[in-house]
Amino acid sequence: MNMMSTQEIGISNLLASGMTLKQHRDAILERTQTTGYYNGLEKLEFRDSDPIGYEKLFSKLRGGLVHARETAKKIAASPIVEQEGELCFTLYNAAGDCILTSTGIIIHVGTMGAAIKYMIENNWEANPTINPGDMFTTNDCAIGNVHPCDIATIVPIFWAGKLIGWVGGVTHVIDTGAVTPGSMSTGQTQRFGDGYMITCRKTGVNDEPLRDWLHESQRSVRTPKYWILDEKTRIAGCHMIRELVEEVIRADGLEAYEKFSGEVIEEGRRGLMSRIKAMTLPGKYRKVSFVDVPFKHEDIQVSNAFAKLDSIMHSPVEMTIKPDGKWRLDFEGASRWGWHTFNAHQVAFTSGIWVMMSQTLVPTQRINDGAYFATEFHLPKGTWCNPDDRRTGHAYAWHFLVSGWAALWRGLSQSYFSRGYLEEVNAGNANTSNWLQGGGINQDGEIHAVNSFEASSCGTGACAVKDGLNHAAAIWNPEGDMGDIEIWEMAEPLLYLGRNVKSNSGGYGKYRGGCGFETLRMVWNAQDWTMFFMGNGYMNSDWGMMGGYPSATGYRFEAHKTGLKERIAIGDSLPLGGDIDPSAPDYERHLDATAVVKRDKQCMTTEDCYDNHDLYLNYLRGGPGFGDPIDREIKAIESDLNQKFLLPEYAQKVYGAVFTQDAKGVFSIDAAKTQARRLAMRKERLARALPTREWMKEERERIINKHASVQVQHMFATSFALSEKFTQEFKDFWTLPADWQLLEEELGVPTYGSKHRMDLSLMPDVKTVVQVEE
Amino acid sequence: MSYTNEQVSHLVEGTLDWETTFRMLSMPKDNSRFEQYVAALQAKVRFKDRIVLPLAPHMYIVQSAKTKQWLIKCDCGHEFCDYKENWKLHAAIYVRDTEEAMTEVYPKLMAADTQWQVYREYYCPTCGTLHDVEAPTPWYPVIHDFEPDIEAFYKEWVNLPVPERAD
Repeated sequence: MNMMSTQEIGISNLLASGMTLKQHRDAILERTQTTGYYNGLEKLEFRDSDPIGYEKLFSKLRGGLVHARETAKKIAASPIVEQEGELCFTLYNAAGDCILTSTGIIIHVGTMGAAIKYMIENNWEANPTINPGDMFTTNDCAIGNVHPCDIATIVPIFWAGKLIGWVGGVTHVIDTGAVTPGSMSTGQTQRFGDGYMITCRKTGVNDEPLRDWLHESQRSVRTPKYWILDEKTRIAGCHMIRELVEEVIRADGLEAYEKFSGEVIEEGRRGLMSRIKAMTLPGKYRKVSFVDVPFKHEDIQVSNAFAKLDSIMHSPVEMTIKPDGKWRLDFEGASRWGWHTFNAHQVAFTSGIWVMMSQTLVPTQRINDGAYFATEFHLPKGTWCNPDDRRTGHAYAWHFLVSGWAALWRGLSQSYFSRGYLEEVNAGNANTSNWLQGGGINQDGEIHAVNSFEASSCGTGACAVKDGLNHAAAIWNPEGDMGDIEIWEMAEPLLYLGRNVKSNSGGYGKYRGGCGFETLRMVWNAQDWTMFFMGNGYMNSDWGMMGGYPSATGYRFEAHKTGLKERIAIGDSLPLGGDIDPSAPDYERHLDATAVVKRDKQCMTTEDCYDNHDLYLNYLRGGPGFGDPIDREIKAIESDLNQKFLLPEYAQKVYGAVFTQDAKGVFSIDAAKTQARRLAMRKERLARALPTREWMKEERERIINKHASVQVQHMFATSFALSEKFTQEFKDFWTLPADWQLLEEELGVPTYGSKHRMDLSLMPDVKTVVQVEE
Repeated sequence: MSYTNEQVSHLVEGTLDWETTFRMLSMPKDNSRFEQYVAALQAKVRFKDRIVLPLAPHMYIVQSAKTKQWLIKCDCGHEFCDYKENWKLHAAIYVRDTEEAMTEVYPKLMAADTQWQVYREYYCPTCGTLHDVEAPTPWYPVIHDFEPDIEAFYKEWVNLPVPERAD
């Protein structure tokens, strides 16, 4: 007989204080709000009374987190985790605030914290209950995850029956069972196509994954072997860290651990303010970035007519550094979310910036939620970085996160430059693409999906004292590694026909941006294979700094019906190496004349079929430049020419270099002639220029006449619709008539979603966690 | 941690040895850097105005030797405007808004499409130095990208007397 109880399930006293988790968290927020110190901790008693004990505790925990990451990643088979290190472990206090994190993708300082807070706010302690040995799995982008392929396992930590914290582990899986293969796919336009979505689900008890979860999850993705080994990686890391915490408490006592877990967050808050004061300069910094969303093209195939339009994503930022060392990041004016997968949850933004800041402003081990508490975020509701509709897709949120943050990097770099810390200046970062993704039946005869993480080694921005690094890093992973060819060839049915530095891809400048690289891949031994491109093409998402140019934009090269099978058989010439100058292409000379080649700027495509011996060029972008190019040292230009980092035509046109090339192809620059040429270039610049205010009159006329492409107007229209402030500032700047307006409905493009939207918070029994000013 | 004036001068020139540069990157910041930096730059410029804040490799906020007004100035001596204004509105501009202009600086497939993005080059009207390249969409307002709080910086952050200013 089924006996039902009238008692609400799971009423517990997890904290042994009589408070629920929500009451506990609310009290911390209240004390933080009232006092200005995290949890009211004006005095750091433990740190100040026993600094050595405090540091020992810090070192034990931090070392243990890093150790757990390094050990656990060996369990994974996915090259994304095992080779690229796309995993991270983070320790939280009972309220879900981050205490410490491991190395790796530090963006998850806050994303797993957001999931814990969601469980707290929605009373998970009553149902489904939180017990020792439980495991929760989440990847829900509507509550804080960056993109669905970041799967997090969260384990509560108890001591003597009391919940004292949480540990979370995240790995970037190869496939999420989205509409198209690959971890960050395009083609879907909504959450419902983003793949398997898990909302803080209890997936394990007594340290064992539940069987229904194991069965359901593995068949929900294309790559079950990688999936399950990733899961084991996360569980092993979490359990190692839980044991570490137990060991620490046994040695140092619960009181010390609990004091530490609060004080270290307050210390992190003060640490950020102190770094800001030590390195930057108070004031207002305004930067902006954009990225293209070219969905009208025939190679973008989506299931919704309303998504077929070209648009531009817009991210203006006003960064205010205050005299007390706090700062405010205000994104007023950002464009609306869209029917694509490039939207981002507010936490992806607020948590994600620390992966970048740890490479510049706070290059310390003490990254935790303290930095969040020292920062004011204004992310207007309805924008791409804080959507107000529960249908939004997020699979490739990075398409614009990387661009939005590049603007912050330029703002900070202005402050470093003005203060004299030239060594810290970075003109920005590459748009970390292309993303080679696809799937089908691989060389082992199995259903498979691929996402090449070569993008973790793009060119870096130029510094104020040196060039950017070639093919070195990604903004989202400070430990960028392009991976070994041999490993990628095991993971993907794609042979390498070339892997070269990408010529001319770094932004010009006195110091140039780092060059990206390119790999030419030939499909081999696959069946029913598909691939697609994902990156920027029509636009740059980064700018240069102080006279430096943006890096080169992207383009795509793919070739079908290549005839390479026959050419290989008869020993004929093959396309090998780099696509050095796409204006004078060489690959085509080694393909059949009937080959079908696509060479264009449509760098966003959806899943398309590739036969064996078809070609795909994976071009990883360069970084932006710094300073006027005609200030560049002669020897540096000569070296770039001789290493094929720079095409001769642009050495002449941009750098003013006058050179000769000997019989062996070695370039030599004539310093005197170059100097003379540069003087002439200064005059030519002024001859073709106008006073800015004169040019503004012409541009104003173009605005009055609405003379601009639809995508440009669409971007402005969505920003105007969300922000009166941005609209008024735009109209004031161009002195437009009071009745001038620009509406989406006048553009002749689909307007689905422009007026009628429903936020997740409107669903019954859902309490969303808001961590920004909206 | 501190560095010699010579080392800071080398940093400004881009000729500092990597070992010292690396130390600068990895060690806590030296608070005296600003004074040394401004001194190194002051020694390089040909004008007599006092540098209040460096803005770019060839651009400064200066205190006019004659009027004590704070101005934005190119190192060739060209004065753009008052320090609170957007200097770009007083510059010479060239906008790469056609395919022809854009492909002068990048191969066609590696250049931005001007239906999406333009490059605005801001020159000093006197010497033709390229001070900034903006890469916005057409129609985008000219960005006033930096308004430093110089008084708070001098007084509260680096403990230096604020240079006199005539408004």
